[in-house]
Amino acid sequence: MALEYDLLNENVKKCQYAVRGELYLRASELQKEGKKIIFTNVGNPHALGQKPLTFPRQVVALCQAPFLLDDPNVGMLFPADAIARAKHYLSLTSGGLGAYSDSRGLPGVRKEVAEFIQRRDGYPSDPELIFLTDGASKGVMQILNCVIRGEGDGILVPVPQYPLYSATISLLGGSLVPYYLDESENWGLDVNNLRQSVAQARSQGISVRAMVIINPGNPTGQCLSEANLKEILRFCYNEKLVLLGDEVYQQNIYQDERPFISSKKVLMDMGLPFSKEVQLVAFHTVSKGYWGECGQRGGYFEMTNIPPKVVEEIYKVASIALSPNVSAQIFMGLMVSPPKPGDISYDQFARESKGILESLRRRAKIMTDGFNSCKNVVCNFTEGAMYSFPQIRLPTGALQAAKQAGKVPDVFYCLKLLEATGISTVPGSGFGQKEGVFHLRTTILPAEEEMPEIMDSFKKFNDEFMTQYDNGFGYSRM
Amino acid sequence: MRRFVISQAKNLIDQTRRCRQPHHHSNLRLLSLLRSPASDSTPVYSPRLFSSSASDMSDSSSSLPVTLDSINPKVLKCEYAVRGEIVSIAQRLQDDLKTNKDAYPFDEIIYCNIGNPQSLGQQPITFFREVLALCSHTALLDESATHGLFSSDSIDRAWKILDQIPGKATGAYSHSQGIKGLRDAIAAGIEARDGFPADPNDIFMTDGASPGVHMMMQLLISSEKDGILCPIPQYPLYSASIALHGGSLVPYYLDEASGWGLEISELKKQLEDAKSKGITVRALAVINPGNPTGQVLSEENQRDVVDFCKKEGLVLLADEVYQENVYVPDKKFHSFKKVARSMGYGEKDISLVSFQSISKGYYGECGKRGGYMEVTGFTSDVREQIYKVASVNLCSNISGQILASLVMSPPKPGDDSYDSYIAEKEGILSSLATRAKTLEEALNKLEGVTCNRAEGAMYLFPCINLPQKAIAAAEAAKTAPDAFYCKRLLNATGIVVVPGSGFRQVPGTWHFRCTILPQEDKIPAIVDRLTEFHKSFMDEFRD
Repeated sequence: MALEYDLLNENVKKCQYAVRGELYLRASELQKEGKKIIFTNVGNPHALGQKPLTFPRQVVALCQAPFLLDDPNVGMLFPADAIARAKHYLSLTSGGLGAYSDSRGLPGVRKEVAEFIQRRDGYPSDPELIFLTDGASKGVMQILNCVIRGEGDGILVPVPQYPLYSATISLLGGSLVPYYLDESENWGLDVNNLRQSVAQARSQGISVRAMVIINPGNPTGQCLSEANLKEILRFCYNEKLVLLGDEVYQQNIYQDERPFISSKKVLMDMGLPFSKEVQLVAFHTVSKGYWGECGQRGGYFEMTNIPPKVVEEIYKVASIALSPNVSAQIFMGLMVSPPKPGDISYDQFARESKGILESLRRRAKIMTDGFNSCKNVVCNFTEGAMYSFPQIRLPTGALQAAKQAGKVPDVFYCLKLLEATGISTVPGSGFGQKEGVFHLRTTILPAEEEMPEIMDSFKKFNDEFMTQYDNGFGYSRM
Repeated sequence: MRRFVISQAKNLIDQTRRCRQPHHHSNLRLLSLLRSPASDSTPVYSPRLFSSSASDMSDSSSSLPVTLDSINPKVLKCEYAVRGEIVSIAQRLQDDLKTNKDAYPFDEIIYCNIGNPQSLGQQPITFFREVLALCSHTALLDESATHGLFSSDSIDRAWKILDQIPGKATGAYSHSQGIKGLRDAIAAGIEARDGFPADPNDIFMTDGASPGVHMMMQLLISSEKDGILCPIPQYPLYSASIALHGGSLVPYYLDEASGWGLEISELKKQLEDAKSKGITVRALAVINPGNPTGQVLSEENQRDVVDFCKKEGLVLLADEVYQENVYVPDKKFHSFKKVARSMGYGEKDISLVSFQSISKGYYGECGKRGGYMEVTGFTSDVREQIYKVASVNLCSNISGQILASLVMSPPKPGDDSYDSYIAEKEGILSSLATRAKTLEEALNKLEGVTCNRAEGAMYLFPCINLPQKAIAAAEAAKTAPDAFYCKRLLNATGIVVVPGSGFRQVPGTWHFRCTILPQEDKIPAIVDRLTEFHKSFMDEFRD
């Protein structure tokens, strides 16, 4: 046999991605056997019934089949503004959806992204420093591939984190330098934790090169305050770290105390020397927000203070993959320049968007409250993003049973939950957590009508589980 | 603008390192003196100690963490000429043409550097795009007016596809290998093509074939001691991917004199050579039909390749993205899977990864990014690793997945769209064949140029016998001789081709790759301009 397991690249073997790992595979097996599964393992809104926004789908359908635009009856099926927008985006391409675009993405779309960023932040944005990618994940991989030279290079990553970061760092042979978010402070970020992590890494001979923030957080949902962002940027300036700002959930904000502020805006607000020296790469996507167009694979990153020659190298590597998919680029263009008041499709678009966001806000609350009503479960409020990350205080009996079953405790719990209720979650160990503290991640995406039943089902399972394993010897601690 | 000359980049790195190093080291020592270890208090140091000018964005600025001399050296090492220097120059010329038409002896840039058919006027297949439009905006299927604008079988197919997608949600992440129902259609298409069964669980759908190649390189390469046998000339995805993953490219030379033939003796020789250098060769990459060379392998040749891989324990990476681009009656495409199976070799005998794409063929859907790899002959623990790596990116784009299934199961006789589909397909393929022949003949007429016929794929790769004077002029301009020729060609005619050195070639020989893709009505002008340019080039440099 030419390729044996033993001969595989060790980095591949080391990398883990729990979001589609053991729990998901088990859930898929059970589904094949006929069990009804509620997949809450991945932020995949359309898979749980969220409808796509109408306007972008109309525009892209016309772009897929441009001959429709020549048909005199096209107006019977498509509103005039969708027709106009399709013509606009097709004119930006060099041969329609089927031609490779510029490897950085269509210049016309990147210009629209720059304009969006400028409107959002109040500072100019250069389209030449914006690269469109097949999903934000690809962009993250490209940038980390640039930064990581070997295992001596460390990347600061929040714990808990979205495991794209740990998986990619493993694949690239780098070192993950964890900084712990504080669950008792609503998953707040304390700069002292950062300093400790960096000092520890350096004492082990690791060169800390970059810092990842996920804002709003995944799985934790916290929205960083402006003060927090300033601290982080100052920290990066002092420690010479490039800041990777994962801002894919910027549209998903469920409280009003801390609206989304981009890292770029805060950086520019800080003025010199920070605004000209702190290196920043910020990521966005069409997969989240109220768009939820995961299957399109559309994203971008914007670079700030990255030297031109490095930008060239990143461009060079992007060119090997030829170009990001053009349909998703058009989705991105539409997302950053949506229908405006006065447009024919505006009312419908606004109604659909508002409906989704308000429902997400309600579901964030339903879930948080639902978890907090369960025995031995404590759940921080989902301030943003798409997830709930309750802490499950497992009794000693459960820890023992898990050990006997050869499973990590939260995996044990989640498997039992799955088998009892069909709810497919991701164990907290997939995201990282403090030693001895257990969580699970679920999304807030199941349909609002189904939420009460799902939470009841969870509560019933949980409370029975706790009673079953409660032998009075204590619990896993916060 | 971008520079793809490795030595120049290296010089720059060496320069900045020499300037920086003593300064850097002394400041590190100072730093460790100032900081108190393991304390929570704010470290007492000023970062300005080792920063050079704050606003200077040149790469010698060591205050920034990410600069040219501190990024991953594998990134610096890799090259991709298809969108390299020549193309950058062309884009600048194209911009300038908008305002300065009279400054140039041509009035448009013709991009013959990249296999991007729809950017040069090729039309997509109507049926495919109808299905995609309906899947993009499924509300159309509920409207009666839709029947007036779409063919009935495209509506049927859209329904069929949507029924295979959970919740009909084309905007949802799918299974990380791709939607099961679509993989079933692809497996059925493979079986219909080869006469041997295909398992949908062996299929991994990707955003184009290229990500699949990257995945395999990542799996196979642990260090520079791991080698991948690649054809020379090769499509530079392979060399770039190997460089990015830190492995070694082990070249095997195709024989230009025998129509770019693949000799097993050459494979053996290169394998032994690699072994003697301490390199473990892990896989053999074969591009069939070839890129840039266009040859279609004979079945006998393919059987020898399969036996070679089996005997030497190599994974066979079969890049078959041009499988529907065969232009000569005496050659036919046979998949390596079919060849292996017809030799009686099964899962336990040979590890084979076959790549297919929606970018080429007669469909040319480059911008959609669709493709798959069929992975056979691997143990389940290895396949789990492939799945795991695929899952980190969640899934490939759904629209591309749908298109891949359509490409592998197109309209059949009796379907409403069949006649128009066949007319479109055959129109495109026969036109490609005509253009391949016309350009090949024109190139062969040029002084000192020989060009093998394009049996398949989308390119011509003529060999130019450059006169000594031209080579000397190139050296003086610090450019590879074929790049020198290509730049001159671009500046004189607006035609963009890729120098052979981007694909590698037998040392001392010079080539360029030109696509056969400009529309037929442009071909005569291209031939004329190329011929005229070549004559004046030879007049200037003839020995």
